[in-house]
Amino acid sequence: MTRETALNALLGLGLLAVALTAHAAGWTFTVTLATKVAILALAGAGLNIALGFGGLVSFGHAAFFGIGGYAAGILASHAMFYEPLVTWPVEIEGTRAMPVIWLVAMAASGLAALAIGALSLRTRGVFFIMITLAFAQMIFYFAISWPAYGGEDGLSLGVRNTFAGLNTLDPLSFFAICYTLLMIVLGLTALLRCSAFGLALDGARQNAERLKSLGIDPTRVLLTAFCLSGMVTGLSGALYADLNRFVSPAMLSWQTSGEIMVFVILGGVGRLFGPLAGAALYIVLEHNLGGVSEHWQFLLGLLLLLVVLFARGGLIGLVAGERRHG
Amino acid sequence: MAEPVLQIRGLCKHFGALRASDNVDLDLMPGEIHALIGPNGAGKSTLIKQIAGEIAPDAGTIRLAGRDVTASGAVARARLGLARSFQVSSVAGEFTVLQNVMLAVAGRLRRTYRFLRPALADTKLTAPAREAIARVGLADREGMRAADLSHGERRTLEIAIALALKPKAFLLDEPMAGMGPEGARSLTHLLDGLRHEAPILLVEHDMDAVFALADRISVLVHGRIIASGTVAEIQADAVVRAAYLGEEDA
Repeated sequence: MTRETALNALLGLGLLAVALTAHAAGWTFTVTLATKVAILALAGAGLNIALGFGGLVSFGHAAFFGIGGYAAGILASHAMFYEPLVTWPVEIEGTRAMPVIWLVAMAASGLAALAIGALSLRTRGVFFIMITLAFAQMIFYFAISWPAYGGEDGLSLGVRNTFAGLNTLDPLSFFAICYTLLMIVLGLTALLRCSAFGLALDGARQNAERLKSLGIDPTRVLLTAFCLSGMVTGLSGALYADLNRFVSPAMLSWQTSGEIMVFVILGGVGRLFGPLAGAALYIVLEHNLGGVSEHWQFLLGLLLLLVVLFARGGLIGLVAGERRHG
Repeated sequence: MAEPVLQIRGLCKHFGALRASDNVDLDLMPGEIHALIGPNGAGKSTLIKQIAGEIAPDAGTIRLAGRDVTASGAVARARLGLARSFQVSSVAGEFTVLQNVMLAVAGRLRRTYRFLRPALADTKLTAPAREAIARVGLADREGMRAADLSHGERRTLEIAIALALKPKAFLLDEPMAGMGPEGARSLTHLLDGLRHEAPILLVEHDMDAVFALADRISVLVHGRIIASGTVAEIQADAVVRAAYLGEEDA
């Protein structure tokens, strides 16, 4: 077992232990914080596929986070008021069932990623950053100006959506759902990275010209990764909507894109458990320093600066050393 | 007469007033090593890039294995069986030798879109990759990061990658560049055996290697092929001597 594997296990089990201990001690708020960490880590895990493995600096992942959130909000609100989503040509009802909501959230954010990625991947580098930001801003303003789903005020989900056999309003049960999804996604990501596709994706990041000379279209590889990335972040958005029982355009804002990127960079770009380390640190800082001063983000900025200057591998890199291939 | 594997007719490429390719005709026949030589700035790299599909010619046609590929991109040409090596080693530095070659095998077998199966456990990828690595003599470097290889070893890895593509034609852009005499000798030996698998269009500055390997030589000067023939013919050609070889004798 390498040091990174041990650290990953420690992080994974650590989050679980925090939630269980807090539950046993009756600190409901801490269970909710742990849930938030799991969900935000999932958002980061999504971005990590594009940014970490494919080298695509997307500054628009709030789009997918928000689309996932609105998918949950819209489906739930229709179910709540017994209004069908569509009446023609077939009648489609809203739903409160989480698994259905997740699938819709992933499908919607995946399609959005396909469209945004297909256009954005004509460029790379700084232009890619700007184009992804522009698309996310377009969706943000669209959400603000669309009164049917709350516009600027956002949309309430009422009670939390349902998952067969579990009381989702119980904090620990909802944590268990989010945590399980995070672990499944991280597990699949680990497999993805070692697969033939992972090899091609890493190759596209390192040397796109070489990939072409091998008969592999790097743009197609990157677009596929961008879609997977958007789907995972979309899933986390649906969970985040359920955590707060509320969706608002803030989920789609560029600040959200920045935060998701911060999780990945703090934890370690391209490190499997980097987003979890980053999101956990972010929440710990926000929770502890946020109480001391509302300018806690100044300290976050300082920390980010230190990571970028002195510890490119982020927290994971600091503890486990450089990433090894193969 | 056999059909050429690679056939170039009337290829022109201008950059402003500069004629990088001026009505170039070139054939690569089965089983041969066809060397392309010429002084710096003669337009060799531009020609290579047009053949590989990285830049589009202004006029002319390129046929690969009987198909007109003039309008096809680099990916399509690679899939049709053109294996190109780069003048400046262009391997994925963070990958091991094995991973670099496996990527080529994945490209050839169209096994790129497999998401969950560990590539290193896929013998359809690893076996052909190891075979190619062994042929170029890098077997003991298999697990080493490409960036940590010596310059010569990286050049050899380029050949292993090209081999793993099992191509119809090799397009080798200065494979000897920067190699020591020892390395150049062993690479010459390796390329010598390769021509029977697929013909090689060899761009090379190392004249010892060119004279040892080439079945035919074409000389490119100012974007034009000024002479084409056997080693003896080229060595005896007065125009070539004046334009090119003479510079080295002087």
